[in-house]
Amino acid sequence: MPQVEVVLAASPKKNNQVRYWFKLLTRNKSAFVGAVIFIALILVAVFAPLIAPYAPNDMDPGKRLQPMSDEHYFGTDGFGRDVFSRVIYGTQVSLGVGTSVVLVTTVVGIILGLLSGYYRFLDNILMRILDGLMAFPAIILQIAIMAVLGARFINVVIALAIVYSPRMARVVRSAVLVQKEQQYIEAARSIGANDLRINLFHLLPNCMAPIIIQATMIFAYSVLAEASLSFLGVGVPPEIPSWGNILEEGRVFIRRAPWMITFPGIAIATCVLALNMFGDGLRDILDPKIRKKQN
Amino acid sequence: MVKALLEVKNLRTEFHTEEGVFPALDDISFSLNAGETLGLVGESGCGKSVTALSIMRLLPYAGRITRGSIYFDGQNLLKKNEKEMRKIRGRRLSMIFQEPMTSLNPVYTIGDQVAEVIMIHRNTSKKEALAQAVKALEMVMIPMPESKIKEYPHQLSGGMRQRVMIAMALACNPEILIADEPTTALDVTIQAQIINLMLKLKEELGTAIILITHDLGVVAEMAQRVAVMYAGKIVEMADVQTIFEGALNPYTEGLLKSIPSIEQEGKKLHVIKGSVPHPLHMPQGCSFHPRCPYVIDKCREVPPGLINVSATHYVCCWNINREVKQ
Repeated sequence: MPQVEVVLAASPKKNNQVRYWFKLLTRNKSAFVGAVIFIALILVAVFAPLIAPYAPNDMDPGKRLQPMSDEHYFGTDGFGRDVFSRVIYGTQVSLGVGTSVVLVTTVVGIILGLLSGYYRFLDNILMRILDGLMAFPAIILQIAIMAVLGARFINVVIALAIVYSPRMARVVRSAVLVQKEQQYIEAARSIGANDLRINLFHLLPNCMAPIIIQATMIFAYSVLAEASLSFLGVGVPPEIPSWGNILEEGRVFIRRAPWMITFPGIAIATCVLALNMFGDGLRDILDPKIRKKQN
Repeated sequence: MVKALLEVKNLRTEFHTEEGVFPALDDISFSLNAGETLGLVGESGCGKSVTALSIMRLLPYAGRITRGSIYFDGQNLLKKNEKEMRKIRGRRLSMIFQEPMTSLNPVYTIGDQVAEVIMIHRNTSKKEALAQAVKALEMVMIPMPESKIKEYPHQLSGGMRQRVMIAMALACNPEILIADEPTTALDVTIQAQIINLMLKLKEELGTAIILITHDLGVVAEMAQRVAVMYAGKIVEMADVQTIFEGALNPYTEGLLKSIPSIEQEGKKLHVIKGSVPHPLHMPQGCSFHPRCPYVIDKCREVPPGLINVSATHYVCCWNINREVKQ
């Protein structure tokens, strides 16, 4: 239906623009499926208290390590806690970590990326520092930072933000390097715009596509990294039911109660897969060249 | 004589690259009176755009002005700091660019972009700026400006976008407009429209124009005076009549001969043999001598300077008393 699209694209109305983007999203199956799963996960996190039949930390020593049943959908763990409820609440932790890390890395990455992309004299200094940070394997650096800061929710966010901000900064920088050579930037300068205005109002909006894509990727990395850190015992404190913590607790009972590691594992995989599908699809949608080919 | 609005004296702009330092502009001097149109002509890479960017102080990172002065309304622009320059750009000195397709920001409506100039320089509210933007678009004869301000650049044609650029450049009523090949990227009928528009606005607003182009037809139509540039130097400068009828520099002569005319139908077009020398390997003496049909020994050794032929006619050549070859 290319004709419909031409009409929509030519119309400046906001409502139509929303519909146009929605149409593109639904046409890209991968992005659409990813978005639907992700939205479902958000709903699960928001309505966790309504969905979960038990409180996440309710112990019932009489019902330890029970297999899946109508009473406990995902079975129970070593303390008799309901795994289903814990996985549901775990969504809050994972998405909470993901959202916070994405917010911090995006803000930090945009600032560093704009500075090093726009000011040549800062570029070398900033990029070498970020290269240094990126030289460490991500998980090692995260463990090191967590070891220094201590196992707290906020510290997980800080550790992941330190590790992922350089990635965002690089993406922003490379987008800025391309955009800043465009003639509209020269034109903006020729009307007397100052550096701040050029950066915030001219460069940044034109770099949004790669930033959004990178943000979804970093979200997925963060979910995975939080689970890894918690599994290793340096993530969120054990009393918080994160997916990584449930996995870690299940590790001991891996033969007697395999459900304890199966379900949080599925949850992590689903979340990361959804985000990656969404990010990949988004990249195709936001790139006009690929978009044309698909139409 | 009237005091010049813009006076460029002995300007030298260098580019510092990894291959070395080369001068993009060498000893450029010219002046521009209020309300006058000066055509800056030459082939690609001869330094026309660098001249414009030097005046605006918008040279790219590698570019540096190493000598000379640019007096605008009695003040040396080269002595101003960035903040003072920003107040001048867009309000007193404006510029329009070659590619109307890429010189507007794709993520903003054209109303926002025209309003931006007004907001930067007049400190008005957004609403008022938009109202003035509508007037500016009306001035450049864009139909239905009230609805057009809500459109994005990709919804406009090239000619329309160039009109928007002109509206942006003239919104604050600047004293000088630098037009860097304003019609090159447009097709011929639109070119004529844009030229007529610029002529009309010049009459109405009294803006002085520096018209950069390699299209001598555009120069003939718009400019009062013409400066011909070659390899970073002005090789001839005179009023438009003199350039077209009594050009003395062999390069100018070659350019004029290259214009196809109706009488020569069927014949091969005239070309200036050879190509522009590489800026890092400039020939000794006159930079045009390897391509010049009138070359004499002196040309190969000593670079010529600008000499006055008459009060308004300057030329840079050792062999101006030659017989013209046909």
